[in-house]
Amino acid sequence: MLMLVGLILRAPLCTAEELNAIPEFTGHVVDTIGLLKSDQRQTLEQTLAQYQSTKGSQIAVLIVDSTAPEAIEAYAMRVAEMWKIGRKGTDDGVLLLIARKDRSMRIEVGYGLEGSLSDIVSKRIIEDIIVPHFKAGDFNRGIVDGVAAILRVVDGEKLPPPTAQTNPNSAINAILISIFFGVLLGNRSSSKRLGIFGAGAIGFLAGLLMISFWGGVALGIFAAFAASLLLLSNDIGSGGGRGGLIHGGSRGWGGGFSGGFSGGGGGGFGGGGASGRW
Amino acid sequence: MKSRFTNYIVTLAVFVALLSLTSCGYNTLQSQDEIIKASWSEVVNQYQRRADLVPNLVSTVKGYATHEKDVFEVVTAARAKVGSVTINADQLADDEAFKKFQEAQAGMSSALSRLLAVAENYPNLKADASFRDLQAQLEGTENRIAVARKRYIDSIKDYNVTVRSFPSNLTAKWLGLTIKPNFTVEDEKSISKPPTVTF
Repeated sequence: MLMLVGLILRAPLCTAEELNAIPEFTGHVVDTIGLLKSDQRQTLEQTLAQYQSTKGSQIAVLIVDSTAPEAIEAYAMRVAEMWKIGRKGTDDGVLLLIARKDRSMRIEVGYGLEGSLSDIVSKRIIEDIIVPHFKAGDFNRGIVDGVAAILRVVDGEKLPPPTAQTNPNSAINAILISIFFGVLLGNRSSSKRLGIFGAGAIGFLAGLLMISFWGGVALGIFAAFAASLLLLSNDIGSGGGRGGLIHGGSRGWGGGFSGGFSGGGGGGFGGGGASGRW
Repeated sequence: MKSRFTNYIVTLAVFVALLSLTSCGYNTLQSQDEIIKASWSEVVNQYQRRADLVPNLVSTVKGYATHEKDVFEVVTAARAKVGSVTINADQLADDEAFKKFQEAQAGMSSALSRLLAVAENYPNLKADASFRDLQAQLEGTENRIAVARKRYIDSIKDYNVTVRSFPSNLTAKWLGLTIKPNFTVEDEKSISKPPTVTF
């Protein structure tokens, strides 16, 4: 009987152990504990962003204090599944996870890179390149050299070239919002009051809005096109509509090149990679 | 005119029947069943990957630890058993076959941990480059097994919920679909632990 009571009392304690929350995927380098200095973090961020735009592969670095109560493998897998690093279908994402308090790290490799960045190679990068620096207390050097080694290995893999990223969800959002604005503005204003310049301005505005929200070339063009079409259907001069398309489109190109971080691309992971301790 | 009307009614009835099939979870059951099959193949795949590592591992350890004959025998026997007890996705509902498969794989796990415990006593072996590589591959494979098993467990959960909940349970009954066995509780506990290969 006492044992039974003990079991019942213990039960909530066992389930109360909650898993660590996973940080938002806000950039290629997510440092939740400020292990890197801000200029070091920015340099690394630039390297990885540059790499993604030229090679297509997405490589992310996450630094946390601890993954407890989970093992680093389970935590890394949850991060990989949530962030969806790498491109969908190509699955060319890599996560370098560092848990300072646990003194453990892991390289989690997407399906598409398991061939080149194999378990053996990942283990060697950890043991031979990163761990010596970490043991000496030089975290920045360890991470930078480790990332450089990962990039070298991934470079050897034949992957499809990078394309402008368009997330289907954002595309739908963009369409809906541009229709909304088009209808709103189109109904409120008569063709006489707006004229060519007014329609052009609205098309330009719609394109600009899309760019600032989603930063895609195709989206900017599309939004401007949709806006101008709607304006056309609302009896505003055809010249004005075309003006909107041209303006919005040209802004779309500009926005596409300076686009910000767009998150994970939908890459899949199956548990490949290696873990290590220092 | 009347035959036209009947045609219309029949078309409508077929349409409604089709609609009710989809709303009663027929499609959900089918797709979840396919997901189970796919995730099961992944589990088998990863176990196979582990079994494939064994011969290399044994021969590497043998090079340094010549006197540990009984451990090699245990590992070789476990691998032979794993090779003979296979189970495909269609047999998953068969409790007995599923249990046998799990036992064989558990035997392989314990044989491997014995082998690695032996390796602990040989510093030269631990420093050997090819042994280190095999160790990395084994760790990676154990982790892939853990991931594949977790995904399989999740897919079974989804499916079992559909089979049990209304109204899809009626469709499941009509199709003769029953809940499928999952990995047992002790197993779930062991897979939530880290897949450690310590030396």
